[in-house]
Amino acid sequence: MQEHIVIIGNGISGVTAARHIRKLSDKKITIVSAETDYFFSRTALMYIYMGHMKFEHTQPYENWFWKKNRIDLKKGYVNTIDVQNKTLHFSAGDSLSFDKLIIATGSKPNKFGWPGQDLEGVMGMYHKQDLENLEKYAPNKQACKRAVIVGGGLIGIELAEMLNSRNIPVTFLVREDSFWNGVLPDGESSMINRHIKNHHIDLRLGNNLKEIVSDENGKVKSIIIEETGEEIPCDVVGLTAGVSPNIDFIKNSGIETGRGVKVNRFLETNIPDIYAIGDCAEQHEAIGQRRSIEAVWYTGRMMGETLAQTICGNRIEYKPGHWFNSAKFLDIEYQTYGWVHGKKSKPENEVHFHWKHEDDTKCITIAYHKDTNEFLGINTFGIRMRHDIFDTWLNEKRDIDYVTNNLSMANFDPEFYSHYEADILSAYNKQLQIV
Amino acid sequence: MSNKINHSLSIAKPDATDISTKQKLALTTGIIGLFILVLALFNTNFPNKGLFLTLALGLISIGTIIYSRDAYLTKLEGIKNDGVWFKSISSRGVWGWIVGIILTTFYIVLYFFPKYLGLGSNGAENTGLISLFDPLSNLLSRRAASQWFVYGTLYTVAILAFGYKFILKYRHNRYQQLRTISVMFFQLGFAFLIPEFMYVMNNDLPYYDLKSMWPLNYYIFDEWSVKGFLSNGNIGLGLILFGIITIFVISPILTYKFGKRWYCSWVCGCGGLAETAGDSFRQLSSKKMSAWKLERWLIHTVLVFSVIMTTAMIYTYLGYDKNNFWLTRGLFTALVIGFLTLVFAGVLFFKKQELGKDAKYGAIGFFVVIAALLIMHFTGTIDNVFYIKSNSLRSAYGLYIGSIFSGVIGTGFYPILGSRSWCRFGCPMAAILGFQQRLFSKFRITTNGGQCISCGNCSNSCEMGIDVRAYAQKGENIVRSSCVGCGICSAVCPRGVLKLENDNMEGRINPTEILLGNDVDLMDLVNKK
Ligand SMILES: Cc1cc2nc3c(=O)[nH]c(=O)nc-3n(C[C@H](O)[C@H](O)[C@H](O)COP(=O)(O)OP(=O)(O)OC[C@H]3O[C@@H](n4cnc5c(N)ncnc54)[C@H](O)[C@@H]3O)c2cc1C
Ligand code: SF4
Ligand code: SF4
Repeated sequence: MQEHIVIIGNGISGVTAARHIRKLSDKKITIVSAETDYFFSRTALMYIYMGHMKFEHTQPYENWFWKKNRIDLKKGYVNTIDVQNKTLHFSAGDSLSFDKLIIATGSKPNKFGWPGQDLEGVMGMYHKQDLENLEKYAPNKQACKRAVIVGGGLIGIELAEMLNSRNIPVTFLVREDSFWNGVLPDGESSMINRHIKNHHIDLRLGNNLKEIVSDENGKVKSIIIEETGEEIPCDVVGLTAGVSPNIDFIKNSGIETGRGVKVNRFLETNIPDIYAIGDCAEQHEAIGQRRSIEAVWYTGRMMGETLAQTICGNRIEYKPGHWFNSAKFLDIEYQTYGWVHGKKSKPENEVHFHWKHEDDTKCITIAYHKDTNEFLGINTFGIRMRHDIFDTWLNEKRDIDYVTNNLSMANFDPEFYSHYEADILSAYNKQLQIV
Repeated sequence: MSNKINHSLSIAKPDATDISTKQKLALTTGIIGLFILVLALFNTNFPNKGLFLTLALGLISIGTIIYSRDAYLTKLEGIKNDGVWFKSISSRGVWGWIVGIILTTFYIVLYFFPKYLGLGSNGAENTGLISLFDPLSNLLSRRAASQWFVYGTLYTVAILAFGYKFILKYRHNRYQQLRTISVMFFQLGFAFLIPEFMYVMNNDLPYYDLKSMWPLNYYIFDEWSVKGFLSNGNIGLGLILFGIITIFVISPILTYKFGKRWYCSWVCGCGGLAETAGDSFRQLSSKKMSAWKLERWLIHTVLVFSVIMTTAMIYTYLGYDKNNFWLTRGLFTALVIGFLTLVFAGVLFFKKQELGKDAKYGAIGFFVVIAALLIMHFTGTIDNVFYIKSNSLRSAYGLYIGSIFSGVIGTGFYPILGSRSWCRFGCPMAAILGFQQRLFSKFRITTNGGQCISCGNCSNSCEMGIDVRAYAQKGENIVRSSCVGCGICSAVCPRGVLKLENDNMEGRINPTEILLGNDVDLMDLVNKK
């Protein structure tokens, strides 16, 4: 009989692994998920609430795809993993045996033990169920007179945009003194602060949540801010202070866990034939400047691509190339290639060249080595850039002069857009004169 | 703010996307304008037709303009798709169906029962709606209006007013603005005004929209049309030569350089209406694989049919004897077959690989055409099939393809099937340009490495029903014959993954397994096998 590969989690990591295993082999494949019947794009959750798309549009493959590719789907919540007998036990009481197991269970929203964090109307924004919850408590501005979002990261700002699309007033509590400045350099972070305010979102920088207050029915009534003691009445509280691996059910299985499921560079756990990929996997040692847990779409996909090789007999390491990522802050698109650090985490020999357009919606930051001038990375806001060009320049270890002089090669904006390369270059040359 | 009012009775998404007071006023204005047209339709005899026509069209335009300004200029620049799947009109809700049915009925009356619009037959005066347009028609070309003039005017007003709306909606995107200005210009000038002026200069010339090429303009080579042109000396001859040159020379060059978008999204009136008035419905086109299969059969069948038909039409009025005219029936048939064979052989020779499985279907289409022509030539049946005006294949084509498909279903069903169902399933022009775009063109949509997050915004807003995401998430460029290059997929992508460009033919189609960003060795190993 064919080897049976079971994958827990039908997110991007699990599904990518399954697709590639199918391309490479004839093994029996089963994907297990408790969340939805079919794979959908978690990154598109916001667009459903905003009415840009319906849920079915977020499913990258049509429903017949799975059967045609002989990928079995099972809906169910895995309670325990019996590693000795290679069997999964479901909360419904049934079980499923495997020859090889891939754990791809993703993340769950962080909750930091705030008083009231489990009240009705308080929710994270990760699973489809969270979206249904939001639809229930914040269908419109009559039912939800104000929403408070706690935590200024990428999901927080998406939630703010979502609520804004239905004209629901939003108060946005951000612990840091400028939006996402643990990651973004100051110039960019402060531009985004202004952009958020231009959207009439009540941005509160340097504010922490103290507690969530209940009404008589166990539903949220207001929140209280730590620093000022101010009480803000609200009907919905969104907790978006980061995510952490969704692995509670694994803790007693004998599979080694830390914050996530511990894996080596081959994505193998301490138990043979059991692997972990995606948001829930934690590298013993971080790769390069990456974090040991990488909770982004692309890394989940890359781990899936890699692990499929290993499972199909070509054992290889997970060796991601140059870091890249992207996001959108309301109307401003953001892309990053290589490493550009925010003030707090910036290595001592990394220096920045920053350019901002006068309309305050476009800027770039190029990071380079203080002594060698080597190009280290770029953040770009409101200007699209080409991934492959920056990947090549990073490989070729180009210096900042080369990058600023050839920036137009990397431009990826639609045709007829205004170009800013000349402007950027002259700003760069001016800066050189000053230094 | 008062919360006493606003108790919504809607069971769907209540008030999620309220419209403002100003928008309500704008809607009222537009509806009053429409109402004047409806009154005219029901034979209200307006005293000063010119005034009321101006009022009707003016109110409709002003309503649309005020509405768009309030909807878009009050917000920051960016993608404005909030609530499209909640609104009844744009999500096949009750309003969608109502508008669909009204439009469809209008088309049926327009094509088949123009007398109900008030067309005076046998020299009688126009009445009703058509008579309301008499003053404008008189002003432009000193003749009474016809149902086509009414239609053309409304069509042009729609493209202009909704084009303005579209420009505001995409005011951060210069590609969208420029191409919209372009279709507005071509509609107003080439499709609407110039033919009227040409009529004034020379009233024997057949109606000729210079930008409308064969086979979209399927009647250009009809006998009455060709005769009409030829009997008009140099202008006529010039025009028909221009017609031939656009198809065989200008169009292939432009399509090679820019893809079929130069026509479908920058010039064409059908596309123009779909992109402007139809913009709210673009997300309704089906992205299913089954729809794609249907599309390929339908559109190519229409193409085969229109090639046979046009050839046969020309054939019928050519003679057997070369003393009358150098182009005889036999020679003409041979030329057509020769030309098709040349194209077919060329494609097989240069592009066999890219064609892949489609080569089989191409071959089927090719042989069907050749066989049909030969059989008809040697059995002498062409005259029978095509010449008898009534009951002939020719008028069947005009009826089923020209009217029912392009008008009734193509536009009438906007709110049900999405805005470009004619362009996608039925337009023979799109089939020809698409064929070239797929094989001999510099145009593609480049995918930006590994940046796609599979969100689906691109596929959702592709009016041609292309599952753009299916390519983007594999890091593969989009080279599809049906892509009209509207650029909306690129505009709505939240991660900057898509760019329409004209670049080298080399590496244009780039299927990959492992995306950029992963282990370099692995990418090499798997992608270059
Ligand atoms: C709103 C939002 C926006 C985002 N936007 C971006 C973005 O723009 N770019 C980006 O790079 N990343 C983004 N991310 C992060 C990205 O979505 C995740 O990194 C990615 O989805 C993780 O994929 P995964 O396959 O590892 O896990 P998941 O997608 O989380 O899938 C895991 C699945 O396993 C199921 N599961 C878990 N435990 C069990 C169990 N015991 N039994 C059965 N099933 C179980 C879960 O229910 C879930 O369906 C976003 C995330 C969110 C929430
Ligand atoms: S693929 Fe993009 S550019 Fe082409 S038709 Fe679809 S939306 Fe328009
Ligand atoms: S190409 Fe852009 S819009 Fe399309 S699925 Fe990918 S990220 Fe979304």
